Amino acid sequence: MAEPLLEVRNLKVSFRSEDGVVKAVDGVSLTLAEGETLGIVGESGSGKSVTMMSVMRLITDPNARFEGEVIYKGRDLMALTQDQIRGIRGAGIAMIFQDPMTSLNPVHRVGWQIAEQIRAHERISEKAARARAIALLNSVGIPHASERVDDYPHHFSGGMRQRVMIAMALSCSPDILIADEPTTALDVTIQAQILRLIKELRDDFGTAVVLITHDMGVVAETADRVAVMYAGRIVEQGSRRDVFYQPQHPYTWGLLGSIARLDRPKPKRLATIPGLPPSLLNLASGCAFRVRCAHRFERCLQTPPLLDRLGNGHLDACHLEPQAKKDARAGAAPPELVEDAP
Amino acid sequence: MLTFIVRRVLWAVLVMFVITVLVFVIFFKIPGVDPARAIAGRNPSPQILAEVRHQFGLDKPFPVQYGTMMKDLFITRDLVSYSNQGQKVVPEIAAATPATLSLVFGAAVIWVVMAIAMGVAAAVLRGTVWDPLLMIVALIGISMPVFWVGEVANLITQSRLHDTFLFSWVPPLGYTPLTQDPLGWFKGLLIPWVTLSILYIGLYARVLRANLIEVESEDFVRTARAKGLTERRVLLRHTLRNSMITFTSLFGLDFGVLVAGGALLTEVVFAIHGVGYLTYQSLTNLDLPTIMATVVYGAFFIVLANMLVDIGYAWLDPRVRPT
Repeated sequence: MAEPLLEVRNLKVSFRSEDGVVKAVDGVSLTLAEGETLGIVGESGSGKSVTMMSVMRLITDPNARFEGEVIYKGRDLMALTQDQIRGIRGAGIAMIFQDPMTSLNPVHRVGWQIAEQIRAHERISEKAARARAIALLNSVGIPHASERVDDYPHHFSGGMRQRVMIAMALSCSPDILIADEPTTALDVTIQAQILRLIKELRDDFGTAVVLITHDMGVVAETADRVAVMYAGRIVEQGSRRDVFYQPQHPYTWGLLGSIARLDRPKPKRLATIPGLPPSLLNLASGCAFRVRCAHRFERCLQTPPLLDRLGNGHLDACHLEPQAKKDARAGAAPPELVEDAP
Repeated sequence: MLTFIVRRVLWAVLVMFVITVLVFVIFFKIPGVDPARAIAGRNPSPQILAEVRHQFGLDKPFPVQYGTMMKDLFITRDLVSYSNQGQKVVPEIAAATPATLSLVFGAAVIWVVMAIAMGVAAAVLRGTVWDPLLMIVALIGISMPVFWVGEVANLITQSRLHDTFLFSWVPPLGYTPLTQDPLGWFKGLLIPWVTLSILYIGLYARVLRANLIEVESEDFVRTARAKGLTERRVLLRHTLRNSMITFTSLFGLDFGVLVAGGALLTEVVFAIHGVGYLTYQSLTNLDLPTIMATVVYGAFFIVLANMLVDIGYAWLDPRVRPT
């Protein structure tokens, strides 16, 4: 197997707070191959954003503590100096964020903001940087790019701003694009457009993508591989196919069950996962999902390791035997069907 | 833009009208205040008082008095002071303006530079002892009344340490016009500048620090970091640039108030014969024409400052620009 482009090894991020230590990320390991799209799924607070923000070293909170390694092109990003990591941000690894309405600086023209990033990494004239900004805006589908380049962010709609963000992220042809909930703040129709754009650009530029989302539907459309996070840990990881068709972790079952589907009989109620995600403050050992899990048993008090229990590269962190999982999932009351009106 | 200016000018006229009427009414309604008595001198006889009243038009009805005064002030511009016989008020204010402008401009330069330096330093050094230390210094600056600082400065530089090498360069109190002697102008104003700016340095440093910290948590600052910009560039082009919006609007208003005569205490303490000093004297002498003129002058500058703030605001923040 070729050397992965990015490898996160046992990353731990904790925040000291008045009430104690919050373990936001607790031993996450990931790999990302060149040109691959990895979807990271989980609910709010599961640590998916913190993981990728830590990769970029963008967490400035003085109370944050980091452990583990992030290997990118043979270098441990966690050990780099500020100057060295700055050379990677934007150039090798770029990031777009959840809320395009606030992610651009309101007082600078969008073209200027794109050119600023190009000029931070390349020795290039202002004019050439501007020309490239126009070309980039064009390539992300902004009409009349040569005029809009001088507009301010508030002249753009949310979807258009996200396009600007994407243009900016791709301005230095990064190896990796981290998209942190890129469609969450957008209308559904715009969401689809933005996802399609990310896919197209990934294919054109050969950029590997890490797509952080809480939306299984987004992952189903875009990702090659999927990592499911819960309470700061990865609970399941595998190819999109495996995770969607043979989900191994009860939490993933819950996530998949909560998608509204039009191609199946309509359930009376959309399935939900009972309870709330646990507080990450002084989290007890053992499976963090056990309190919400219908299939818990004694062993769940021990922390389940993330293992390849099926022998096909599909990892999960659940103590149940593969066969037991199959039975449990089949036995778990299937969504009740609404009787069709006579 | 034209409607903007026209609206502003009409607004200014309205403000001045209301203020002048208010001053007029207050002046004549203060119990125990009789301008005629103030003009006539000590122990005047009733005949003299009546004569003075007649001479100064104080026996006429209110609106007529008001109209006459406004006419003298704005149209013929020969309004005469009550307490300083024959002294025309308008030229007096015109003569006092350069001193006030010199004082306020110099202080403004000092306070803007120092406040930005202190505010940025405190925000950048957040989490170290320097941040609270700087903010305590700022708070002390805010807490010291300007007249006290001025008197202490005078005590030190004019008397106690005047003969040492430290302050032997300090000229006697008073104002030297810039056109007459630039060096003397500078020397004479340096201590007043520092005195006047202390309060504002403290105030603006604290406001700027708080605002910088607020902007620092904005998403676009995170974007700026994710772009791979240097911390210096993130600070100057993104964080500070956005904080200057608040800073500038505050500055315009304070600057306007000071030019309008708000530097009164500093002017009095340092015997700088500016508009504030004039206001102070006219108030102690109950000299209505001068009070009225300084009030109109002040209102004009405050309205002007507000207008400049609005324009500056639009310049700094593209979101409020009319399209």
